[in-house]
Amino acid sequence: MEHLIEFRDIYKIYQMGEEEVHALDGVSMTIDPGEFVAIVGQSGSGKSTAMNIIGCLDVPTSGTYHLGGIDVSTMEDDQQAEIRNKMLGFIFQQYNLIPKLNVQENVELPLLYAGVSAEERHERAVRSLERVGLADKRKNLPSQLSGGQQQRVSIARALAGNPSVILADEPTGALDSRTGREVLTFLQKLNAEGDTVVLITHDNSIAVKAKRIIRLQDGKIIYDGDSQDPQAVVQPHEEESSEDDGFAALIGEGVEG
Amino acid sequence: MNFGQSFRLAVKSLMTSKMRSLLTMLGIIIGVAAVIIITSLGNGMQNYMNDQFEEMGSNLIQAQVWTTGTSLDIQAEDMYALVEKYPQYLSGVTPYKTVQGTVRQGNDEFKRTSVYGVGETFYNIDKNTIMTGSSMGQGRFLSYVDVERAQPVCVIGAYIEKEAFGGDALGKTLTVSGAPFTVVGVLAQNGDNSEGSSDDCIYIPYTQADRLSQGSYYALYMFTSIDRSTAAAAKGIVENRLLKAYHDSDYYLVMTSAEMMDAMDSMVNLLMAILTLIAAISLLVGGIGIMNIMLVSVTERTREIGIRKSLGAKGRDIRSQFIIEAGTTSAIGGSIGIILGIIMANVITNVIALVLGTGNDGFVAMPTLQGIGVAFGVSVAIGILFGYLPANKAAKLNPIDALRYD
Repeated sequence: MEHLIEFRDIYKIYQMGEEEVHALDGVSMTIDPGEFVAIVGQSGSGKSTAMNIIGCLDVPTSGTYHLGGIDVSTMEDDQQAEIRNKMLGFIFQQYNLIPKLNVQENVELPLLYAGVSAEERHERAVRSLERVGLADKRKNLPSQLSGGQQQRVSIARALAGNPSVILADEPTGALDSRTGREVLTFLQKLNAEGDTVVLITHDNSIAVKAKRIIRLQDGKIIYDGDSQDPQAVVQPHEEESSEDDGFAALIGEGVEG
Repeated sequence: MNFGQSFRLAVKSLMTSKMRSLLTMLGIIIGVAAVIIITSLGNGMQNYMNDQFEEMGSNLIQAQVWTTGTSLDIQAEDMYALVEKYPQYLSGVTPYKTVQGTVRQGNDEFKRTSVYGVGETFYNIDKNTIMTGSSMGQGRFLSYVDVERAQPVCVIGAYIEKEAFGGDALGKTLTVSGAPFTVVGVLAQNGDNSEGSSDDCIYIPYTQADRLSQGSYYALYMFTSIDRSTAAAAKGIVENRLLKAYHDSDYYLVMTSAEMMDAMDSMVNLLMAILTLIAAISLLVGGIGIMNIMLVSVTERTREIGIRKSLGAKGRDIRSQFIIEAGTTSAIGGSIGIILGIIMANVITNVIALVLGTGNDGFVAMPTLQGIGVAFGVSVAIGILFGYLPANKAAKLNPIDALRYD
C-alpha cells in the first residue's frame, strides 16, 4: 500500500549569518491513511519546520517528500497552493479565521479557491458545519463566537475541502483545558471516521491523545511509535523530572477517554 | 476566486471602514467631479455660442475694412453692386457702423448705449429678426427710403424704450450726438434688458451714421450668403473684390459665421483641454492616495493573506483580489464624483441663469456622455494601475511569514 506522507532523508538548512542551522537533519518517516500521528518536540526541535514542509508551505533543502504519491518537494508556489487546496486541511493555534467574513464564508474559502460552484460551496460548507455542530451559527462573525467555537469553525473549514490530511498545529494552545479537551476529542472522532490527522504539539499530554507519536529533537526523530508506550512521552531532558507522575495520570485519563 | 466574489469582498471591506474609504476616494471624487464640471461648462458654452450664432444666421459674412481716407476706399455702393453681381451666392449686404456719440432723451443721458448705422437689409423680413438676433417688437425696421434719403429715424432696443420713454416710444425723438432721431420701431427684448446689454442699442440708417462719425478707421459690412454651404464661396467673392480695391490683403478681414463658430469652438476646446488636464492632476493624486491606502491595507491584512494562501489561494488570486479592491474603490469614487459633478453643473447653470436673468434657454452646463464615460474609465484605470503595485506585493508574500504576522 502506498504511504500518504513519505519523508525521505529530508534536510532543511537555514543560513544564520555564518552558521548553518539544521532545522531538519535527515528525517525519514511515513504516515499512512487513517493514522492519527502527533509530532512532538520542544521549541527548536524542528517540529514547526516539519509541519511547514508537510503542509506544503515550505520546501526541503534536500530530500524528497511525497504526498499522496506526488513529489511535492520541488514545487513552485502556485503548484503548492493547489496541493494545499486539494489535499490539506489546516487547523491553527490562533484559529486564523478571517474576521470580516462570517462563519459560512470562512468555511467556504478553500472551496472558493478550488473553483467549486456557489451552490455546491454552500452545501458543503453547511454539511461541514453540521459535523462540528455549528450549523446554526453560520451567519455569525468569528468574533461573536467563543474560542472553542472558533476552533471548531476552523476544523469545519479544514474539512470542507475534503482533504487527505488534516494538519493541526497546536490546536489547543489558545484554549482553556476543558475546550482544549473537547477539540482533541473531536479530532479523535474525525480519525475514527477515517480521516488522517497529523497533530503538531510541544505538549505530551496532548500528544498522547494521538495513536502514534513521532518525537523530534534537534531536527532528528528520536522516537516513533505507539503513543501508549511509556517511552513515547519521555523527553530526554526531563527523564528525572517529577512531572512524570503528572504524565502518567494524563495517560491514564487518555486511556479511559 | 471569481470577479463577483472579489467585488463583493471589496465593497464589504470598504463598508467596514467608511471614513477611511471616503478619504481614500476623495482625490478621485474631486478629480472626476472637476472633469465633469469643466466638460459640462465647455459643452454649455459651446452650445450657447452656437445658439447665438445660429440666431444671427450661419450664413453671415463679416467684412472688416480699414479706411485709408483716399479714393481707394471701398464704398457701400460697391458692396451693394457686388451682391447684385453674384445673386447665386450673396443674398444681401448692409454696412454695420459703430457710432461714437452720446445718446440723450430729455435730461437723461445714456452713456453705455451702442449706436449702429445699418442698412435696411440688416432686418430679415422672413424671419422677423435683425442680424444680431433680436426680433421686432413694435413699429417697423429702417426702410430702403430711410437709408437712401438718410432720414433721421431710428429703431431702439427694449431697454431704451423702457428707460427713456417709459415703454411708449413710437413717434418720439431722442438725440445722438445732438442730432434728433424719431423712433419708428422697437425691438423685442433679447438679453436681460439691462444697461449695456444687447437691449441697450439704437439702429440708425448708415447714411446718417456716416454723417455723425466722420473719419472712422474702419468700416464693417455684413453680407448674407444664400445658405451656409455657399458661405465659403461668397467669402471668396468678397475677398476678391476687396483685393481688387486695395491690392493688399492687410486692409481687410473677411470672416464667415461658420468660420467664427469653428474658431470659437476650437478656442473653447483648447481651453477645456487645458482645464481638464489640470483637473486630471487631481485624479493622479487620487490614484497615489489609493496606492498608499492599498499598501497599508496589504500590511494590515498580511495575516489574512497568509490564511488565504494556506487554504490554496494562488498568487494571482491574491493579486486580483487587491486589484479589484483598488479598482472598486476608485470606481465608486468615480461614480460619486460623476454624480457630484452633474449636481454642480446644474447648480452652476441655475446660478448663471439667475445672475444673467436669461432663464432656462440661456446658458446650460450640460454634462456630455463622452465626458462621463471618460471620467469613469480613467478613474477605474487609475485604481487598477495604482492598485497593481500593492497587489503584487501581497501576492508575493511568503505564506509562513504571513501566517506568523501579528
